[in-house]
Amino acid sequence: MNLELEPGDRAVLDGQHGEGAALAMRLVVKMAEVAEAPRLRDITQAHIDSCLYHGQAGLDFAERLLAGGAALSVPATLNVSSLDLLHPELVRLDDDARDRAKRLMDTYVAMGCRPTWTCAPYQLPLRPAFGEHVAWAESNAIVFANSVLGARTNRYGDFIDVCAAITGRVPDHSLHTEEGRRATVRFRIEGVPDRLFDDDLVYPVLGHVLGRRVGNKVAAIEGLPPGLSEDRLKAIGAAAASSGSVALFHAIGVTPEAPTWDAVAGVEAREEVVALTDLRAARDELSRVPVGAEIGAVSVGTPHASEAELRRLAGLFTEARPRVPFYVNTGRAQLAAIGDVAGDLAEAGVTVVTDTCTYITPVLRDIAAPVMTDSGKWAWYAPSNLGVEVALGSLEDCVRSAAAGIVIRDGALWEGR
Amino acid sequence: MNGRWLVEGYATGRALVLDEPLSFWGGLDPSTGEIVETGHPQRGEVVTGRILVMPAGRGSSSSATVVTEAIRAGKGPAGILLGEPDDIIVIGALVAAELYGVSIPVVVGSPAGYAAIRHGDQISLAH
Repeated sequence: MNLELEPGDRAVLDGQHGEGAALAMRLVVKMAEVAEAPRLRDITQAHIDSCLYHGQAGLDFAERLLAGGAALSVPATLNVSSLDLLHPELVRLDDDARDRAKRLMDTYVAMGCRPTWTCAPYQLPLRPAFGEHVAWAESNAIVFANSVLGARTNRYGDFIDVCAAITGRVPDHSLHTEEGRRATVRFRIEGVPDRLFDDDLVYPVLGHVLGRRVGNKVAAIEGLPPGLSEDRLKAIGAAAASSGSVALFHAIGVTPEAPTWDAVAGVEAREEVVALTDLRAARDELSRVPVGAEIGAVSVGTPHASEAELRRLAGLFTEARPRVPFYVNTGRAQLAAIGDVAGDLAEAGVTVVTDTCTYITPVLRDIAAPVMTDSGKWAWYAPSNLGVEVALGSLEDCVRSAAAGIVIRDGALWEGR
Repeated sequence: MNGRWLVEGYATGRALVLDEPLSFWGGLDPSTGEIVETGHPQRGEVVTGRILVMPAGRGSSSSATVVTEAIRAGKGPAGILLGEPDDIIVIGALVAAELYGVSIPVVVGSPAGYAAIRHGDQISLAH
């Protein structure tokens, strides 16, 4: 298939808008060729993950773009970095690592990106509308944009995210098209007691199974209760995009493109059935620490806690007090939005981390003992990233466990009782 | 075997066959080339200089930078043979070529050809 470029694309490619823009367009065009896309299409905004420092290569790339005069064609938000600029004392990086991380962040801001520093751009005012085409990076944000908002983005990664923001163009294929958004897996939940869906823990666990079973395919989940909160859908997506490469799931009767199975059914969809035993096994795969074991810390808010989650957390701590360090990751915009509640959290002994996350940069002081979390994504990555053992529970479980210093989790519903 | 070229180039080396998809970010240490993902069947193997044979990429969108950084540090694989196309791996390889002039070929193998490869086989990727 031949890629058709518009005259404007060719002009950028030929360097008429500078070397930086030409490099960005070269990469966008190459990605279109790899994907066998027939054309490029416009986007309205981008979310950029490249601002998180992973080594000299990321900095070399950003500085090459900036030196080449690259500027943005569309608004762009920035993902987390490895620093907490509001609470710098929380992150224990050496000066060199800190300088490099900051230099990378500054380079993206100098290009015109907004210093949002959050992995949950869907919690910001700029969030895209239904049907809007965007170029988002950050796996949990991608799956949220597609699934929950009904916006359209492919799975953009580091480098290509900023190239899309600079050129305002992306390859037109896959999740940008009707056809690419159809479900090829019918993912049926069967024999799970209704009351289990009142337990927040079921959502990251279900997402974990989804990622394991469907990989990078589009699935339609059947059997979820209607009216699920955005926070629960966020938990499903974040876990599914960690254990698998899920970039879009439909939930029949819940998410905006899927009023019915027929509305999203692809041709020759295969079926997967998820039973209570599968959920239990998935929970235990993520949560390797037994109930009753001592914990050294708790970390919640991966992806970044929403305003609603922060308020709920403060409410849960009105009486209880953590006996172990308790961290919540959130965006600076969410922290600002809760006003005085931030003071309540601080008074309760909760450490608020912004701009970054406890599993990507050294914040936790003691990782010899297991850490409890409410996040499937944190439970998936932290053992490799930090070398820590993880217990998984709901937000309520996490608060109760922090107060007791041991893992507390009521498993009765999970046993089918 | 025939395959589809995603990034052109030439490479030769012994096959490191992954039994499961790998997320480079969180799964590969770019300063050593070692696979560090907890629970991955090939954890502890080193990708450096090998033809990395993997069914698919997985997970985080940060993986592209880790691919480029591993190549910059001289710890990347010699080439990558995939079971299915993966944008994130391709962009990582392309940026390494743009910035450092080091080209790591990325190919999607035919299903039969891919399945026939065994751990340790000597493989050449030539366009």
